[in-house]
Amino acid sequence: MVNIIWVSFIIISAFYMIITGNISLLNNEILKGGIDGLQLLWDMLPLLVLWSGIMQIAEDSGLLQKFSNIVRPLLTKLFPSLKPNHPALGYIASNIAANALGLGSAATPFGLKAMEAMQKDNQQKDTATEAMVTFLILNTGGVTIIPTTVIALRMMNQSANPSEIIITSLLATTCSSLAGLYYDYRKRRKR
Amino acid sequence: MNQISNYIVPIFVLFILLYALKHKTKIYDSFLVGAKDGIITTFHIAPAVIAMVFATNLFLNSHFLEFVFSFLNPIFNHFQIPISILPMAFIRPISGTATLAIMNNIFNVYGPDSLVGRLASTLQGCTDTTIYVLALYFGSIKVTKTRHALSAGLFADAVGILAAFFITFLFFG
Repeated sequence: MVNIIWVSFIIISAFYMIITGNISLLNNEILKGGIDGLQLLWDMLPLLVLWSGIMQIAEDSGLLQKFSNIVRPLLTKLFPSLKPNHPALGYIASNIAANALGLGSAATPFGLKAMEAMQKDNQQKDTATEAMVTFLILNTGGVTIIPTTVIALRMMNQSANPSEIIITSLLATTCSSLAGLYYDYRKRRKR
Repeated sequence: MNQISNYIVPIFVLFILLYALKHKTKIYDSFLVGAKDGIITTFHIAPAVIAMVFATNLFLNSHFLEFVFSFLNPIFNHFQIPISILPMAFIRPISGTATLAIMNNIFNVYGPDSLVGRLASTLQGCTDTTIYVLALYFGSIKVTKTRHALSAGLFADAVGILAAFFITFLFFG
């Protein structure tokens, strides 16, 4: 899918620029194309590094664990098919906590372990269980409290208030997650 | 509202540091470990970012979108947002890197504090790359029949994207 997007972006633009007689712009874009990408990485790097450091402190101090303990009681309501002491619930809680704190690289291993734990009880190994679907809806909703990359790029582009979009992002995320969970709830009721 | 969002990051950081202090964490050592991870992550995503910035800049600068969607111009003009935002809404569930590149292009051209800049920020911050996440998680346990996971994920994305438009106009419009 990403392959198709990438190739069609380039081919469509190239043909369109040739047809409209913009060949010098096309030539220019191809030759200097790499610089903008490098600039973007360079803009992201400082805050990403600083933030990863701070989040490592959150993980090592046990704050992440604490956070997932708070989330956990809510999960038993969202996952009625999992028993309250099911090991998957712990992983799901850690995954959600890590995602919320913006610890993407820590979140993925927890998520994969949660899937594995749920697969153990699965009767049909090639078919997703209800709990798996609910978990992935929560996960793709992507509740991140502080979207670091966006803030970093706003800052590097001289925004007067780089963090002003935190609240709008959070509100939009909440709408998205609630919609996903409601859709899931309706689908489950039908069966 | 600006004041509140100004407080979120500092309070968040202070809280983490004080919590770590109370629990006797080796704060500086932890920071260095994490910071190193951050550098490694940036290097890992570097090829994809450079590839996507190249392709999306080419695409947006060719003005092909303005040509194909010229019939939508009255709507976009009415809300005073450029058409560059359109691919961002559609590609968000498929590639986070591509939308990152589009967002950066919008920042460069219109500025992060323009209405479209704020809209792009909210769109980028509000959801994860649904299709990538589903492929990774279901792939890891070899589940091929995913039931309503994809439709639910895309429905949630659609609602999130509409909400992002609505909320951005409400706050900043």
